[in-house]
Amino acid sequence: MMDAGRHPRIKMLTYSEIEEVTGYVGNFKARIRKKAKYVNENECTACGECAKICPVVVPNEFQMGLSTRKAIHIPFPQAVPSAYILDMDNCLGNNPIACGKCDDVCDKKCIDYDMQDEIININVGAVVVATGMDVYDPTALDDYGYTRFENVITSMEFERLICSEGPTQGHFIRPTDHKTPKTIGFIQCVGSRTQDPERGNPYCSNICCMNTVKDSLLLKDHYPDIEVKVFYMDIRAFGKGFEDLFMRSKEAGVMYIRGIPGEIEQDPKSNNLKLMVENTTTRQLEEHDLDMVVLSVGVIPRKDQEVVKKLFSLSSTSDGFLMESHPKLKPVDAPTGGVFFAGCAEFPKDVKDSVTQASAAAARAGTLLSAGKIKIEAITAVVDEEKCKLCGICVRVCPFNAIIFDKATKQPAHVIEASCKGCGTCSAECTFDAITMQHFTDRQMYAQIEAILSDKPMEKIVTFACNWCSYAGADLAGLSRLQFPANARIIRTMCSGRVKDKFVLHAFKLGAPIVLVSGCHFADCHYIDANRWTQKRVWKLWDKLEKMGVRPERLQLEWVSAAEGQKWSKVMKACEELRQQVTEEEVQQTIKTLKQEEEKKSSRAKKQPAPA
Amino acid sequence: MAEKTNGNGELRIGVFVCECGLNIAGSVDCHSVSEFAATLPDVVFSCVNRYTCADPGQQEIKRNIVEHKLNRVVVASCTPRMHEPTFRNCVAEAGLNPYLFEMANIREHCSWVHLYDKQQATEKAKDTVKISVARARHLSSQTELEVPVNRQALVIGGGIAGINAALDMADTGYQVYLVEKEPSIGGIMAQLDKTYPTMDCSI
Repeated sequence: MMDAGRHPRIKMLTYSEIEEVTGYVGNFKARIRKKAKYVNENECTACGECAKICPVVVPNEFQMGLSTRKAIHIPFPQAVPSAYILDMDNCLGNNPIACGKCDDVCDKKCIDYDMQDEIININVGAVVVATGMDVYDPTALDDYGYTRFENVITSMEFERLICSEGPTQGHFIRPTDHKTPKTIGFIQCVGSRTQDPERGNPYCSNICCMNTVKDSLLLKDHYPDIEVKVFYMDIRAFGKGFEDLFMRSKEAGVMYIRGIPGEIEQDPKSNNLKLMVENTTTRQLEEHDLDMVVLSVGVIPRKDQEVVKKLFSLSSTSDGFLMESHPKLKPVDAPTGGVFFAGCAEFPKDVKDSVTQASAAAARAGTLLSAGKIKIEAITAVVDEEKCKLCGICVRVCPFNAIIFDKATKQPAHVIEASCKGCGTCSAECTFDAITMQHFTDRQMYAQIEAILSDKPMEKIVTFACNWCSYAGADLAGLSRLQFPANARIIRTMCSGRVKDKFVLHAFKLGAPIVLVSGCHFADCHYIDANRWTQKRVWKLWDKLEKMGVRPERLQLEWVSAAEGQKWSKVMKACEELRQQVTEEEVQQTIKTLKQEEEKKSSRAKKQPAPA
Repeated sequence: MAEKTNGNGELRIGVFVCECGLNIAGSVDCHSVSEFAATLPDVVFSCVNRYTCADPGQQEIKRNIVEHKLNRVVVASCTPRMHEPTFRNCVAEAGLNPYLFEMANIREHCSWVHLYDKQQATEKAKDTVKISVARARHLSSQTELEVPVNRQALVIGGGIAGINAALDMADTGYQVYLVEKEPSIGGIMAQLDKTYPTMDCSI
């Protein structure tokens, strides 16, 4: 921590949040709000005089509420930066009648009640997301009585109670009588490895087994006579040195009992606890009398994770943690270029694994930064100036403001290549086919549709899948070996926004029984909100199809994320069911109707006089 | 390398069907896919490789680009999300513009999801190749825009992972911004007393 605080090339911005990120790999712009601490952190010497005199006492969050702090406080003794902060929500204010005592005693006059938030804009090439995790809250598990029995604590509270810097200076005591317990039980997998969503999450939180082994050794080290019992379903001691530590704990006399307790009761007089468990080794129902119980709580994704997901268009895997670019081959790369993961944001990790991934993320970011330049995929839009009719719709739909057009000057629209990300929405929305999406041209798309339907069209489901989510979700279905009917033929686009209405109508005209358009969920769209245009377009198409007497169900719209292999499989099965309901006559009728529509349109166009 | 075979005249497409060991060949008849590919318009060469992404497979692509004057290459193998960059580099080394390369996904989207129906899987693989060839016929060369990279990094989160990532990058020589939501860095790690397996202090 200290090293980071004094490194000449690290600019530390604490009590700060990122409000906005624009740009792309190699060239991000971030707007950061450095919130007011009301204490000049560069001048503060952490002498502590201010806190001594501060009259406001509130629970100390760092000590898990097991002790108190003042309104002006230092987060914890070794905090970096080593400076006090004034908690304005609880401060009485600087009105001399009300208070203002801290300011009176601060020799260096560091306290500024009028301090304002500061906005800092920075430009960076790479981003490491190390936003960490939250700890499972066992309140919902009422049978363990976390909220009813004071002597039932969580493993995080245990850490503070055993720590020499903790509320009891490391004297391990139980909350009700402040005496060191003689018997203590640990319950494993609290909030982890359960299929019941009301009791936690299905995944293993990775760290709790070893954390309990460590805690049991700390207890045995401090209090050799204490009786420690660990209730578990499996002890997962898979890492280097882990089994040794587990054995040491057993040798120290810690009892490991295989079985997850059903219920805890409290003796109202002594506040002692009685725990019921089925010991699955002896197949006996057992009762254990304990002075104290520690719930070994699992790890959950950060509750405020949505913020960072939105800033960088990130997605989550089914467990809720941030999704990496590839689970094996690109485990620290985010799907968004130039963004990398370190630590528990990606999945629960212990200190060693977090440090390992941090180094990996630093190295991955380093490969990008050291190159000094990067090639942008040549998938950008180009306007055919002769075809452009100056309607301006492309400007309106571009999520990146990459198209310039000024109605007053009557100059055709123009795409800024470096800003264009290649979603293709402009090209799909342009009524005059004036915008070419390079490498995903209309001609290429039509050729693909025609190739699908040139033979046995009745058996095919024409499927458009966006590169980042749906196509990747289909890949995941493959990786997971999910099995479904083989009728879909996939056309990859960068974004579902690229799917022009004419592509869909072309497919129906060539005899497609079912067309599926699939893209990212709204929050996940890699082109900000380009898929909203997809939705609008599909809605319009549904109306149009209905008017023409074509069943709108034959055009399907689905949002499938890269983590939803299962959903892809379901969608494939559902589409196949729909396909089987479409009759040959129905398809022929659609072809006929679409051809008539086309003829009407072209005869109308001929009648219309050419614009002057 | 300059583009040697990228003419605007006659289309000459090469199709390389990958067996991926048994990953594809287990449920797709790759040889019949290759034979089918040879019948498609403008395809002048097609073959089956055991592992197209491996060096011998890539060498075969390069050799055939030269030998058969290929100006479009289709590889039918895994997802482009995995090996498109590999094969783009490969064709570029043989002098072809990387955007004249196209991939047909017959593994994730075909052999792996239709494991027990070889006939259907093979039919779908043929169709997938046909779609890719149809697209390849309309591909054109592209020039990539090169942009400079800002040599500064942003680390979001000042826990153990963020601190270490920031230190590593700063030690490498880059300017790093370390942004932490709380008033101090340290994160959850700072709240732990000792950490396993070494049982030492967390801070």
